[in-house]
Amino acid sequence: MRFTCLLAILAASLWSGDADTFLLRNVDVYPAVGPDVKGGSILIVNGRIADIGTKVTAAKGVRVVDGKGLRAYPGMLDSGTHLGLSEISDVRATVDTAELGVFMPQLRALVAVNPESEHFPVVRANGITSVVTFPSSNGAGRPGGERQIITGQAALIHADGWTWEEMAVSRSAALHLIFPALPYNQTGFAEAKRTYDRQLQQIDEFFEEARRYKTAKAVGGPGFKRDLRLDAMLPALDGQLPVAITATRESAILDAIRFADKQRIRMVLLQPRELGKAAAELKSRNIPVILGRTLELPLNEDDPYDSSFTLPGEAFRAGLKLAFGTFDNEFVRDLPYNAATAVAYGLPYQEALKAVTINPAEIWGVSTQIGSLEKGKWADLMLTTGDPLETQTEVKALFIKGKEVDLGNRQTRLYEKYLNRP
Amino acid sequence: MRVPRTILLAALLTLALRAQTIVIRNATILTISNGEVKGSVVVRDGKIAEVGEKVSTPEGAQIIDAGGGFVMPGIIDCHTHIAVDGRINENSVSISSMANVADAINPEDIDIYRALAGGVTTANVLHGSANAVGGQTVVVKLRWGRTAREMILEGAVPGIKLALGENPKRPGNPAGDANGQTVNARYPATRMGIEDTIRGAFLEARAYKAEWDAYLSQVAKGEHPTPPRTDLKLEPLKEVLEGKRLVHVHCYRADEILMLLRIADEYGFRIRTLQHALEGYKVAKEIAASGAGVSTFSDWWSYKVEAFDAIPYNAAILQKKGVLVSLNSDDAELMRHLNTEAAKVVKYGGLSETEALAMITLNPAKQLGIDQRVGSIETGKDADLVIYDKHPLSNYAKVQKVLIDGRVYFDRDVESSKQPVRAAEKQKLLEKEKKPN
Repeated sequence: MRFTCLLAILAASLWSGDADTFLLRNVDVYPAVGPDVKGGSILIVNGRIADIGTKVTAAKGVRVVDGKGLRAYPGMLDSGTHLGLSEISDVRATVDTAELGVFMPQLRALVAVNPESEHFPVVRANGITSVVTFPSSNGAGRPGGERQIITGQAALIHADGWTWEEMAVSRSAALHLIFPALPYNQTGFAEAKRTYDRQLQQIDEFFEEARRYKTAKAVGGPGFKRDLRLDAMLPALDGQLPVAITATRESAILDAIRFADKQRIRMVLLQPRELGKAAAELKSRNIPVILGRTLELPLNEDDPYDSSFTLPGEAFRAGLKLAFGTFDNEFVRDLPYNAATAVAYGLPYQEALKAVTINPAEIWGVSTQIGSLEKGKWADLMLTTGDPLETQTEVKALFIKGKEVDLGNRQTRLYEKYLNRP
Repeated sequence: MRVPRTILLAALLTLALRAQTIVIRNATILTISNGEVKGSVVVRDGKIAEVGEKVSTPEGAQIIDAGGGFVMPGIIDCHTHIAVDGRINENSVSISSMANVADAINPEDIDIYRALAGGVTTANVLHGSANAVGGQTVVVKLRWGRTAREMILEGAVPGIKLALGENPKRPGNPAGDANGQTVNARYPATRMGIEDTIRGAFLEARAYKAEWDAYLSQVAKGEHPTPPRTDLKLEPLKEVLEGKRLVHVHCYRADEILMLLRIADEYGFRIRTLQHALEGYKVAKEIAASGAGVSTFSDWWSYKVEAFDAIPYNAAILQKKGVLVSLNSDDAELMRHLNTEAAKVVKYGGLSETEALAMITLNPAKQLGIDQRVGSIETGKDADLVIYDKHPLSNYAKVQKVLIDGRVYFDRDVESSKQPVRAAEKQKLLEKEKKPN
């Protein structure tokens, strides 16, 4: 069997103590933060990293795992997925990403996460240990259904767990707002502009309504009635919860920034396809950016052929804090290859690695828990045969909260079954 | 057959485009058919003239220094819809064999240039998969800047697309149009109906062929019979029965693959490629026995029910069980990095690097019957070459130059130097537009 657990093989004879306490030694450590440690050790106690270095010792009786020839990296974090919410994208009964209603901040992605989704084991097999899972209006399009603007709350989850409660790293990582877009390449610009302006006004009005609600709630009184929809806005209004705004084009990004300024919200930009003058505006406000897939066609017919490949490098040179998201469950496992392509076209390697590990952990406010191999953090780590951004590299073992996770999945099971068909 | 005229035109074109001698030196040459060579490739009259550590450099030859990079045969994509003008499905009927993609080639589709910049030099352009019997297919070289006719690979055997499974079932199970209006269903709506449609079409084609055979034998005897009426729908299917047209089948599930293999047995024709065949691994033995090739995705899955048992090990299992396998894109974006898609069959299933690269070069060339011309770096073959700065299976590799017929069609240096010029030109146009008249 090719997919049995590494630990089971390496440590069967050394087994003792808890499953999430062990010493990993003789491994090259690439922590994503700070210097690499060649031939080092990592001590994991109760699922957390207790020590890293070349002279780490463990208490007597602690299990020892030899990582000879392997590298240890933090598990990767995909900042844009629908994992757990969508199984077969073409079959509506299996898709829970898109609700009805234009302003729906009270919807929580977390409660609809199916821990048994076949996608989790598949993405884990390539070293992804956590993801941000978003509600989305993608695939809404029902007759009579309106285009969504606030889709709900994204959750940051581990890619393993018995229930969604156990999977949660951050129950509410961000409020998701899809900024209106002017339909390009269509006739009737004047009408499109009117719709766009009206939508911008609607968003402002909704935020103002939420502010009035906040005041009313603070005052209290006999007439106050609790409203789930407006209640859900409160953490975003005072900057406690970031608002992740999907905006594609330079003009929309600039308008989104103006909106964020006006409403004094903490903005995270999602899926920009061009930056232009918006880069400097984002930088001056320290607005972090979640890039969509690098492996994407150029936005416009007359864009340079490599414009999607060079965008991450451009964003980095503008001084922006970056992370990557794949925004499609099918391609989550290919997250690292999007980072690698960005490296080929101008993003420094170390930044690319950070953009799938520590940067998203910082952006989503969980960097004391995950994102790098550092003392005190959860032991979310992978053992690989080489650079995890290269396709040919194999993930040999994966740990989430210090527990080894089976790398087998639906696909490896079918592989073994049919490879051995007589 | 309109081939002779195409060949004549192509011959004239080749003369007109006859490039000078080029020597690509300082490279690791991945020949695919004959190992790696650290050295040079000599290109003369559009063909590969010499490959070796040391080659003779003719006087006046243009030298391209590959800077220690890699040279690989141009990538061949066995399944694409780029370069098709407008929509790719003739939706109105379930047997649309009269439709021909070659009549709808748009040489100005920007995706041609983008694919070229990703190292693709040859592509099999197919009709869509809405109909059980789709349209006729055509093989093109990505000769960006040439006319539609000049893009067609001269002498390549034409094909036809058949389609099984969910896509051709859709017109039988309509969900309504974009405005929510009811749309009438058309046969077939199930995999049973698809089998019936295809069998029925070939039954007709067999009768049609018999009519023509009888007519031609009478003519051969010196008689003067009335010729049968030409049927543009049945003509391509008759060619399939005669082995003059390749059959490419859109399919996903094991059951439907087996079904079509048995139809082919019944009517005595060969399946050239099973396209996608995401469950091909489940019937690898039967596919291998039929002699059909498979052209698949590396790791796509889960986007529909029939793709839920898709596994990234599909290509490896099929290859190990004796099937000729290629990796295709079916997508203008994926088409730009088929080289790193090939790396996935090394990761999933443990094929060798050469086996992986063959799946995007020599194997699709064989599947399309053009391997005497393209697909590997060998003396006498077309000089369709890609120069990379790093090994093409690395995610860090960039395409530097692409040659087709010994002519440089993509050059990253030229492209990079032109980008600011084009940006300035666009800005100027925009400002001119803004100024009030």
